Amino acid sequence: MPANSTSRLTPAVRMGVSISIAVGVYGISFGALSVAAGLSVWQTVALSALMFTGGSQFAFIAVIGGGGTGAAALAAATLLGVRNGIYGMQLKALLRPPGKLIPLMGQLTIDESTATAVAQEDHDERVRGFWTAGAGVYVMWNAFTLLGALAGNAIGDPKLWGLDGAAVAAFLGLLWPRLTAKDPIAVAIIAAVATIAMVPLVPPGIPVLVAAAVTAAVWAWRHFGRKAAA
Amino acid sequence: MSLWVWVLLAAFATYALKVSGYLLPQAWLDRPPVTELAGTLTVGLLSSLTAINTVATGQALAVDSRLLSLLAGAIALKLKAPYIVVVIAGAAAAAIGRRLGLA
Repeated sequence: MPANSTSRLTPAVRMGVSISIAVGVYGISFGALSVAAGLSVWQTVALSALMFTGGSQFAFIAVIGGGGTGAAALAAATLLGVRNGIYGMQLKALLRPPGKLIPLMGQLTIDESTATAVAQEDHDERVRGFWTAGAGVYVMWNAFTLLGALAGNAIGDPKLWGLDGAAVAAFLGLLWPRLTAKDPIAVAIIAAVATIAMVPLVPPGIPVLVAAAVTAAVWAWRHFGRKAAA
Repeated sequence: MSLWVWVLLAAFATYALKVSGYLLPQAWLDRPPVTELAGTLTVGLLSSLTAINTVATGQALAVDSRLLSLLAGAIALKLKAPYIVVVIAGAAAAAIGRRLGLA
């Protein structure tokens, strides 16, 4: 992390810390559910430390817990992880990171770090937002995963604490600042409808990709439509 | 033991995907349509993730306390609450809904 990046509590740093606490605590839910799905404590800890992308981790344990094969769990986790590749593309374009940082940035490239970075106005704030949210969520997510895995049964059903509801609000909170004009609102509605329509039809993890494909198609239609009209 | 192999393979696959985006040439990424597409995709992906977390339970659709979380989160955001308050509002709404007997 560049030395001057976190020397002050800028808006990006504060947002990154908030997201780290809010989303990181949700790791307790992953830890508890993972052990309940039949993974060992150390397999659970390994998923958070090495995979470190919540959607893929939940997909992996959901398939195992549902009696699916390891190969099916791998496929679900991989498909849901495709969006991180798109985030990496976007972060490279915005942050222009030096090559030597890419192996570390890659591991910290998740929904929250990307959203915190792209929500900022200038380059330095974007860099601060990325590192604060990325490193912050990493530390919190792994600590709470271990806690959830060890104390899973003592906590009981994480749903009773509303942790699944916290995730709903957390993602809405990342989306909300982007809904500033008609176009993004239309895209958000189309993506949500496509997602909900696909949920019963395809395995978990795939609806997000269908939504991405539909979003790309809407963009292409508007982009090339504008060109043709000009 | 064989589950360990799948854990490690899946972790490697998701890491490779994360890094892959950074390997695209900068000049290609700087073309305006690509940055515009990336911005549009972010909205679509975040909306999709919000929808999944609200109504999906595995492969089934379910209307339950999470809808209260969405509503509580939206109200908090409308009132310009800090992000952490938005998240706590979402958790509290689901927890209250469940204590009241909703799924």
